Amino acid sequence: MVPLSYYLILSAILFACGVAGFLIKRNIITIFMSIELMLNAVNLTFVAFAAELKMLSGHVFVFFVMVVAAAEAAVGLAIIIAVFRTRETLNVDRVNLLKL
Amino acid sequence: MSLHLWIIPLLPLTGAAINGLLGKRFPKTVVNAIALGSTAAAFAYALWVAAQFAGLPADQIPHIEHYATWMTAGTFSAEYGIYLDQLSLVMLLIVTGVGFLIHIYSVGYMEHEGGYYRYFAYLNIFMFFMLTLILANNYLLMFVGWEGVGLASYLLIGFWFLKDSAANAGKKAFITNRVGDFGFLIALFLLIKHFGTLQYDAVFKALAAYPVEASAGLLTAIGLLMMVGASGKSAQIPLYVWLPDAMEGPTPVSALIHAATMVTAGVYMVARSNAVFNRAPIALMVVAVIGTLTAIFAASIGILQTDIKKVLAYSTISQLGYMFMGCGVAAYGAGIFHLMTHAFFKALLFLSAGAIIHGLGGEQDMRHMGGLRKYMPKTFWCMTVATFTIAGFPPLAAFFSKDEILWATWASGNHVLWLIGLIAAAMTSFYMFRLWFMTFFGEYRGAPTEDSHHGHDSHDAHGHGTPHESPMAMIVPLMILAVLSFVGGWVGIPAALGGSDRFDHFLDPVFHSTAEATPGAETAASPAEGRTEREETSTELLFMGISVAAAALGFLGAWFLYYKRTDLPAKMAQAAGGLYTFVLDKYKVDELYGAVIIKPLLLLSTNVLWKGIDVALIDGAADESAVGARDISDGMRHMQSGNIRSYAGWVAFGAAVVIAFMVWKGVR
Repeated sequence: MVPLSYYLILSAILFACGVAGFLIKRNIITIFMSIELMLNAVNLTFVAFAAELKMLSGHVFVFFVMVVAAAEAAVGLAIIIAVFRTRETLNVDRVNLLKL
Repeated sequence: MSLHLWIIPLLPLTGAAINGLLGKRFPKTVVNAIALGSTAAAFAYALWVAAQFAGLPADQIPHIEHYATWMTAGTFSAEYGIYLDQLSLVMLLIVTGVGFLIHIYSVGYMEHEGGYYRYFAYLNIFMFFMLTLILANNYLLMFVGWEGVGLASYLLIGFWFLKDSAANAGKKAFITNRVGDFGFLIALFLLIKHFGTLQYDAVFKALAAYPVEASAGLLTAIGLLMMVGASGKSAQIPLYVWLPDAMEGPTPVSALIHAATMVTAGVYMVARSNAVFNRAPIALMVVAVIGTLTAIFAASIGILQTDIKKVLAYSTISQLGYMFMGCGVAAYGAGIFHLMTHAFFKALLFLSAGAIIHGLGGEQDMRHMGGLRKYMPKTFWCMTVATFTIAGFPPLAAFFSKDEILWATWASGNHVLWLIGLIAAAMTSFYMFRLWFMTFFGEYRGAPTEDSHHGHDSHDAHGHGTPHESPMAMIVPLMILAVLSFVGGWVGIPAALGGSDRFDHFLDPVFHSTAEATPGAETAASPAEGRTEREETSTELLFMGISVAAAALGFLGAWFLYYKRTDLPAKMAQAAGGLYTFVLDKYKVDELYGAVIIKPLLLLSTNVLWKGIDVALIDGAADESAVGARDISDGMRHMQSGNIRSYAGWVAFGAAVVIAFMVWKGVR
């Protein structure tokens, strides 16, 4: 049996990678993927605790997160396509029309 | 039985609403029809009410009508309701009757003026508030009317608001009245505090249980504060200064508001509150003294004025002083009697003066008049009746009323006040005949050219070569008022002259139902028992003789100085030197008030309230907080870079801080 802390450490590493990717990367698709990474890091925590504590609600939450992530991916990708069509770039630093 | 008295004030209000809101588009005839129609209807209804009132059994007087509750606060409540007794009936007839006549007159007088509809809307709103004042069945509603007539007065004094002096006169009237209103309000607060109500019937009933105050007490305080209010509205010392300035308004307004009706509101209030004053002899004495002093003070100023309206204004103040003198010796009936005759003859005087001013194209200076007898004979005869009335020649109206006041003053034992009143009567006669001689006799002194006429009323110069008689719309009210000034006093012919003094007996129930407990008051109405009836009568006749002699003396003086030897007044003025200019400058009272009250007030307001509190404190606080907010935002807005990753960085940073905090605190 792998101890809980391993899962949590892995999850923290994954989450930190997601945060770092989100902050560093300029390509909007990479950023998007970083968000997915963070969500899945959280999922991992959920299932780890669910298995450890023998409670079903953790699993249920994971399903919710996955559904939301799927919906988000659909909407997000659509937005990205729309942005690319108008701006012809995927660099977020150049999608700054609302900036002061 | 309800008389539906609410209709009376509502009629002019309707007229005012229609004319005020829509009148701009109406032709003059429609404006006339609405304004005159509503006032005429009110007068007709008042006459009907008077007829009904005569048929009321004595136990139904006062006739009180309750309509609705106005407001309730705890145990205190005020209502809309009307209180009709002999006193308010007399006032009602005076206000609607004289008001209607002056409305007619205004049609002729204001013919050439702009803002015609505005004028009549104001005039009607004045009628509404004045009727509210006299018909109210509680002090609070009376106060509403009281303030309302002040507003109407302000609006009408400043009717020619483009003229600085008129606008300022309006403000002066309003602010001076506020000082008086303050006293009145405090009196009302005291009444609420001690009686819990302002309804007349309840207050008077509660007062019946109070004894006469030997020394100053609660009722004295209430009485004195009421007198402060009355002296504001009725232009008594020390608050009379606004009335002469109020002559900036159109002349019919001076006649209606500043002579016949509004300024008598203070007298009405004192008479209405006789239950208070009868139990506060000190306050009553103050009323008498103030009235007497005002009577002679204003009369002495009136002697030297050259503006025809100013003479009449000071004359009004002086006559109001007589009314207070009458009330102050508890002869309320005499005061109200004089109020009525004064309403007739002073309205007549002002309207005649208006006819003269109109006929001369706006000239108000008597030095530029003279010889008008042959140019405007009708006005001359009306003015003659009025002049002889106010001077106090029998059998004209004011002889009876003024003499009744003087006699009541003597009979109440205030011999000094009587003497002062008598001297003031002689002065009244003098300045009125001076006005009469200067205007109607001798040679016409005005330049017949156009450009000499830029008088106060700023009439269009419609071909004023020579003075001319006024249109019929102005002459007819003059004639009616002249008749009233002649016979109006006959309702109160005293017993000593074989009359029955019906006016006093008519008003008796108002003033004596609560007067049992008054020692000084009784002597006035039914003078001391010690003497026999015959002796009493002969003394009264003697005093009438003295009054008439005083009036005749004034007449002779004026005749000698302003008809026979017209060169003398100038020489006398030169001889009197400083005294002459002092009186001519109205005893410099305005200057005194300016230096003692207005200037310190201005300084305080400018330096402390404006520059200190307003600019430094309030504006400073507001400005500083705004500047501070802007500075902080200036720094913060750099966070709002529009760079998504920088936001995300802040989120991550924040999360890290929270986690660090929780770890540090040691989350369980």
